Amino acid sequence: MLRLQGISKIYKVGDSEFYALRKINLEVGEADFVSIMGPSGSGKSTMMNILGCLDKPSEGEYLLDGVNVSVLTSNELAELRNRKIGFVFQGFNLLPRTTALENVELPLLYAGVKTRERRQRALEALELVGLSSRVNHRLKELSGGQQQRVAIARALVNKPKIILADEPTGNLDSQTSEEIMAILQSLHEAGSTILLVTHETDIALYTRRIIRFLDGQISGDEQIIAPHIARAHVVGEKGAAS
Amino acid sequence: MNLWESIRVSLRALRANKMRSILTMLGIIIGVGAVVAMVGIGNGASASITSQIQGLGSNLLVVTPGQSNTGGVMGGSGSASTLLLSDVAKIKTAASAVKALAPAVSTRVQVVYASGNTSTSVTGTTAEYAQIRNVSLEQGRFLTQADIDDGSVRVAILGPSVVENLLGSSQADILGKVIKLNNVPFLVVGVTASQGSSGMLNNDDVIYVPLNTAQNRLIGKKNLNQIYIEAASADLMVTAQEQVTAALRRAHQLGTGQENDFTVTNQADILSTMETVTQTMTLLLGGIAGISLLVGGIGIMNIMLVSVTERTREIGIRKAMGAKGKDILLQFLIEAIVLSVLGGSIGIGLGAGGSELAGSLLKMDTSISGPSIALAFGFSALIGIIFGVFPARKAALMNPIDALRYE
Ligand SMILES: Nc1ncnc2c1ncn2[C@@H]1O[C@H](COP(=O)(O)OP(=O)(O)OP(=O)(O)O)[C@@H](O)[C@H]1O
Ligand SMILES: [Mg+2]
Repeated sequence: MLRLQGISKIYKVGDSEFYALRKINLEVGEADFVSIMGPSGSGKSTMMNILGCLDKPSEGEYLLDGVNVSVLTSNELAELRNRKIGFVFQGFNLLPRTTALENVELPLLYAGVKTRERRQRALEALELVGLSSRVNHRLKELSGGQQQRVAIARALVNKPKIILADEPTGNLDSQTSEEIMAILQSLHEAGSTILLVTHETDIALYTRRIIRFLDGQISGDEQIIAPHIARAHVVGEKGAAS
Repeated sequence: MNLWESIRVSLRALRANKMRSILTMLGIIIGVGAVVAMVGIGNGASASITSQIQGLGSNLLVVTPGQSNTGGVMGGSGSASTLLLSDVAKIKTAASAVKALAPAVSTRVQVVYASGNTSTSVTGTTAEYAQIRNVSLEQGRFLTQADIDDGSVRVAILGPSVVENLLGSSQADILGKVIKLNNVPFLVVGVTASQGSSGMLNNDDVIYVPLNTAQNRLIGKKNLNQIYIEAASADLMVTAQEQVTAALRRAHQLGTGQENDFTVTNQADILSTMETVTQTMTLLLGGIAGISLLVGGIGIMNIMLVSVTERTREIGIRKAMGAKGKDILLQFLIEAIVLSVLGGSIGIGLGAGGSELAGSLLKMDTSISGPSIALAFGFSALIGIIFGVFPARKAALMNPIDALRYE
């Protein structure tokens, strides 16, 4: 599904070069559920951005579904992001002056989905993350955790095959985190390929594979034999209503 | 994404950011409004001055005392006192191309009638004045030769504006009543018809009295302010001007090499002088308008550039969500067009209203000019579009991640 071969990302800082990623080789199969861990600054977000076709590697090849991404035009990349990838940013990156619903509708808008269906699907996605009662709130009227859930709803509204989530539970209490993980687990069971960045082992244990980063390189890769099961029954209006 | 969706996205973005939208529009409103108003006022002033001068009389020459290099200012009385009644007789006998003459003096007086009180200009002149200057009567009569011959009769003919200022209506009955000019009683024997002139030069706001009476009772000096002369025909204007000049030089005993101590202006000179004046004025107003346009343009630019950071992030988000370059450009183009059209229309409305208002305050017709609207509108729209779309284009070409991190 995803394949990185010799991927490096080099930033020029003054005269010297800084390797944010150094010759990364990684393969993620279809319907895998991977968590990425590592200290701050180790290159996790950098890799996620490359995987999400938001950024280009300095070296190496990235094959997505067997397609070499580096040869695609910017329009083809836009279409790829729109159709195949759902991205949750570390800093949310939502449109600040618009409502939760409008933010979630965004990927559908650019996919050319008609108004009514767009609205319907956006509402469903918001319901899934437990924000039904907040759909018409502007972003600034939402708490950090609620904004994070809008970002998650936006990432999954297009029913993408790949979900890339950069610290999706970073701002949430453990109970809400578990709700989010339950959503991701159910998406995974439905066949999505999911990569998420986290600093918490508890969260990582809900996934099936942990990849560890250190100084721009992969320092560990382990399978989880018996992942924890996140309890889905807590998902709902709770937390959104308060 | 189709055009309709793009329009809706743009409108939503404009509404989501009301302050920025309003400020951008304000720039366009100021620019377009100023140009429309200023040029409207300028055009109106030129038109009204031209029509007033043409209404002064036909084949008209005006002699004023003193040397003037500028061709003379309309009806302005020279400060020199070189023009005397005796000159009139000399011109009459010497200048064959002259059909009629009317000497005139003028001064400002305080007019009192009943409880009415106004200040206006009094013209002391002779009976011929009416014919030369196209003055016609609404009621009563103008000055007669008998009034002039008498030498001290105190009769007055009022312009309609004077009647209105005294009694509140130009139709009010004042014929046969006695008014006081600087405390000297005068019998009202006529009211002139409105010459329809307005603005700075109001031919309706004037009182006519016999020349001698004015000199003796109101001014106390014997010199003339003007001699109005009607040439026999339009073809004879130049001849008449030459004859009058020669006659006056002889009357004033000026030797060769000595400069004229008077000025003879013909109507064409006045018109062309005034045209230069009004052109200069229109240019000046146009300049002010141009500066407003520039300031408005800089305002638009400012707002657009200031919002670039925030909008670059917005573009990054939209691109990350699958927007293509053309979706972004279309959105920003439509936003700029909507703001330009909306702001431009409001500006035209306010500008037209403003020049209308100025026109009614200054009592003159104003006219809105199409090319000035087009220019102002085009300029603001261009600025709006360039500074709205150009940064957007730059952002749309970035990597989404760079746009998202833009500062
Ligand atoms: N635009 C850039 N220019 C220069 N250096 C950069 C740039 N972006 C990232 N870096 C550097 O690359 C390294 C990796 O950054 P990255 O954001 O991938 O870290 P991370 O693993 O996601 O950290 P965190 O857990 O704090 O989110 C950091 O040391 C950072 O300073
Ligand atoms: Mg990070």
